[in-house]
Amino acid sequence: MSQIIDRRAAGKNKSAVNRQRFLKRFRKQIREAVGEAISERKIDGLESGEEISIPSRDLREPTFQQGSGGHRRYVHPGNREFSTGDQIPRPPSGGSGQGGSASDQGEGLDEFVFELSRDEFLNFFFEDLALPDLVKKQLATTPETKKVRAGYSTDGNPSNLHVVRSFRSAIGRRLAMSAGPREQLARAEEELAELISRGDTQGPEIHDLEEEIKRLKARIAAVPFIDTFDLRYTNRVDKPEPVTQAVMFCLMDVSGSMDQSRKDIAKRFFMLLHLFLKRNYERIEIVFIRHHTVAKEVDEQEFFYSRETGGTVVSSALNLMVDIARERYPVHAWNIYVAQASDGDNFISDSPRCSEIIRTQILPLVQHFSYVEITAPEPQSLWFEYEQIANASDLFDIERINHAEEIYPVFRELFKRKTA
Amino acid sequence: MTKNLISQGSEWTFELIQAYDNAIGELAKRFGLDTYPNQIEVITSEQMIDAYSSVGMPVGYNHWSFGKSFLNTQKSYQRGEMGLAYEIVINSNPCIAYLMEENTIAMQALVIAHASYGHNSFFKGNYLFRTWTDAEAILDYLVFARNYITQCEERYGVERVELLLDSCHALMNHGVDRYKRPSRLSIVKEEQRIREREEYIQSQINELWRTLPPSQDTTNKPVDKRIFPEEPQENLLYFIEKNAPRLEPWERELVRITRKIAQYFYPQRQTQVMNEGWATFWHYTLLNTLYDEGRVNDGFMLEFLQSHTNVVYQPPYYHPGYSGVNPYALGFAMYQDIKRICTQPDDEDRHWFPELIDTDWRETLDFAMRNYKDESFIAQYLSPRLIREFHLFSISDDDQEETLEVSAIHNDEGYQQVRKTLSDQYNLGNREPNIQVYKVNRDGDRSLTLRHYQSNRIPLGETTDEMLKHVVRLWGYDVHLESVTNDDQITDRRSCPARSINN
Repeated sequence: MSQIIDRRAAGKNKSAVNRQRFLKRFRKQIREAVGEAISERKIDGLESGEEISIPSRDLREPTFQQGSGGHRRYVHPGNREFSTGDQIPRPPSGGSGQGGSASDQGEGLDEFVFELSRDEFLNFFFEDLALPDLVKKQLATTPETKKVRAGYSTDGNPSNLHVVRSFRSAIGRRLAMSAGPREQLARAEEELAELISRGDTQGPEIHDLEEEIKRLKARIAAVPFIDTFDLRYTNRVDKPEPVTQAVMFCLMDVSGSMDQSRKDIAKRFFMLLHLFLKRNYERIEIVFIRHHTVAKEVDEQEFFYSRETGGTVVSSALNLMVDIARERYPVHAWNIYVAQASDGDNFISDSPRCSEIIRTQILPLVQHFSYVEITAPEPQSLWFEYEQIANASDLFDIERINHAEEIYPVFRELFKRKTA
Repeated sequence: MTKNLISQGSEWTFELIQAYDNAIGELAKRFGLDTYPNQIEVITSEQMIDAYSSVGMPVGYNHWSFGKSFLNTQKSYQRGEMGLAYEIVINSNPCIAYLMEENTIAMQALVIAHASYGHNSFFKGNYLFRTWTDAEAILDYLVFARNYITQCEERYGVERVELLLDSCHALMNHGVDRYKRPSRLSIVKEEQRIREREEYIQSQINELWRTLPPSQDTTNKPVDKRIFPEEPQENLLYFIEKNAPRLEPWERELVRITRKIAQYFYPQRQTQVMNEGWATFWHYTLLNTLYDEGRVNDGFMLEFLQSHTNVVYQPPYYHPGYSGVNPYALGFAMYQDIKRICTQPDDEDRHWFPELIDTDWRETLDFAMRNYKDESFIAQYLSPRLIREFHLFSISDDDQEETLEVSAIHNDEGYQQVRKTLSDQYNLGNREPNIQVYKVNRDGDRSLTLRHYQSNRIPLGETTDEMLKHVVRLWGYDVHLESVTNDDQITDRRSCPARSINN
């Protein structure tokens, strides 16, 4: 007679730990693969999972094996044309069928391909990234609170009832309340036993003792098993949570000199930034500013998808940014960040002006300013101006992107977690 | 007629599985199959993938390599590159078999016959399994192993444990006793003895590596010239567990655990053809008997036969899907053939197998199942008729010759040689390099010398240098590997210095 068991309800994720171990061990290779995958992606595809392939050479599990060479004999099925003594030319190595060194390790794939979930993918992607110098400027106006455990209390919501604690105190109370009677009971039983052992079985004393025992037992039994007095509840109290406020200004050049591929790179850079901020920081505001000759604050949708274009005056965007910051994000309460992307091609007299605005008005306000130049091989006028600022200030970083595949490394470089 | 049928549709229910199990179990008893009690578990395909990736261990410790095989299986399954197994069956008492919920009732019945009665009786009967594995204790031992490894991870860090396990896994094939019988497993004893053993082993090792001179006038004494170990040792992991100078007690225990698990799987690797053939033969026989007795209908049989035919298909060598001799096909054909020789022998059989003629086929099959492994089974029972049916031919591949030679085909002159060559092909000793512990330099640099006993000039593969690093990690000092021929000529010598590993 066999036993038949339905195990379908039992957990199916028995391998989850092993899977995590795998991801952890090959973290380096996976991160490289993730970087490559990102550069090949469409903007919209950023938020889904990804098939990742890493070189299977790295994850070999070797055993002692026989190499090729020497003298071997094999048996194969399906002979149709051979007779004893036939000579067959050696098949090219790796060919299936006769001869060759048939490895017993199965097929030798060059790439090990597997699927990462969206969360895992982004975790790898944004690993070790952080906004620089995020400091607590001021507690937010509506203080956030968080429930934290604070021991046990004698009253509370039934859903917070703590069964173990309640029973524990019930046991204690029962012990305490029945201690006296139990002691008397033990004494009475002892006396009774002594009387009986002396042969006295009928006397009034016996009767009295029996009555007494009965009464005491009833009293002990009357101690309630559980009482409202025993109930204990898990206690939680509100604890204020300090909240850091931050705002990121995204400044994108959409002038005519930014051709389609440059715009695409810029958009993808900001898309990454957007994703990173949304994912790693719960409370962060993002201000989108796009500019050609005039700058305009726009919403997310327009920022990424609008097609408006024109000439280039970069300072317009910087001025708008300063105005918005003064008006809505007072510097004592907000961490302010700026990310600017442009092809560096600017109205000729405008570049020194930009440099001036940044030096005098923006740098005092912000925690960090990053500038990404998307351009042909030669740096443009804006780059030279900015290079001087970058040399003079820690808050200011500049990077260049020539091809889509450089977006990810540049992004990592700009937002790498800086160890104190 | 239809009132005898166990089922009509293709859907399964627990009652139907029970009914099939009863019917098949009764038949199996009639045929004299001796089995462990069965435990049949219905699982989902995800759970099947889980079971797959832990290489058939129902309780596994954690290691990245299992995660790798999980991802691999999951991907191939999702892409539809492979169907999931027929079944997974575990050599334990009770014998655990997994059924997948996606299967139809015909497939479930097939799996019950195949795994719960076929494999099960093989596990219980075959001498290798009886000698080397302990079905009673394996589940307990695996639980012990997992808990112990988890504790080690907590105490010494996941990474250290992982690196050590990597090295142990690499040497697993060289961590089995081929001739000496292992002691029985018992979880209570294991736990009880674990502390004693740790202390004892450590003291032994200290003895072996004692640096203080035993007496004052060592200079006058002749140096102990005896080579250590006195005889070459085939079980590398055992030797390392007992003698590696720098392992900590818990590390020795981990070596021991992997060694025990390797030992447990060793018989399975030696009886592929016999085991799968036996299970296939019995699912075929049992279900056909059910059909003959009118318990299942034509639809059931068609589905069963289709799947059965796929399993026992042997593609010829020129087929694109050819990947060697199919153990299911060969094993099934051989058992069928033995049955035929017992019941309807012809003159050729009388000449080749005089001892089988007119015996009870059930007893003869049972004897064969109990007392052979692949190598000897083929050498004993592969008949000329099967060699003809499979069109087997043997190829001689000598790297000193220009061409390959067809050394034998299915004719009178060739039968013996084909049979011998095929039998050798299943000798694990021929498939894996023969590497043994040769000596330890006790007085000098404590280096370990391994010897690869080369046969037919076959060299070591390209993983060898990497493997030496694993040995160094376990041994802790330099490791040398010499390849020697039959007449003690050293043809190749490699070394791996200990400092190349940063522990």
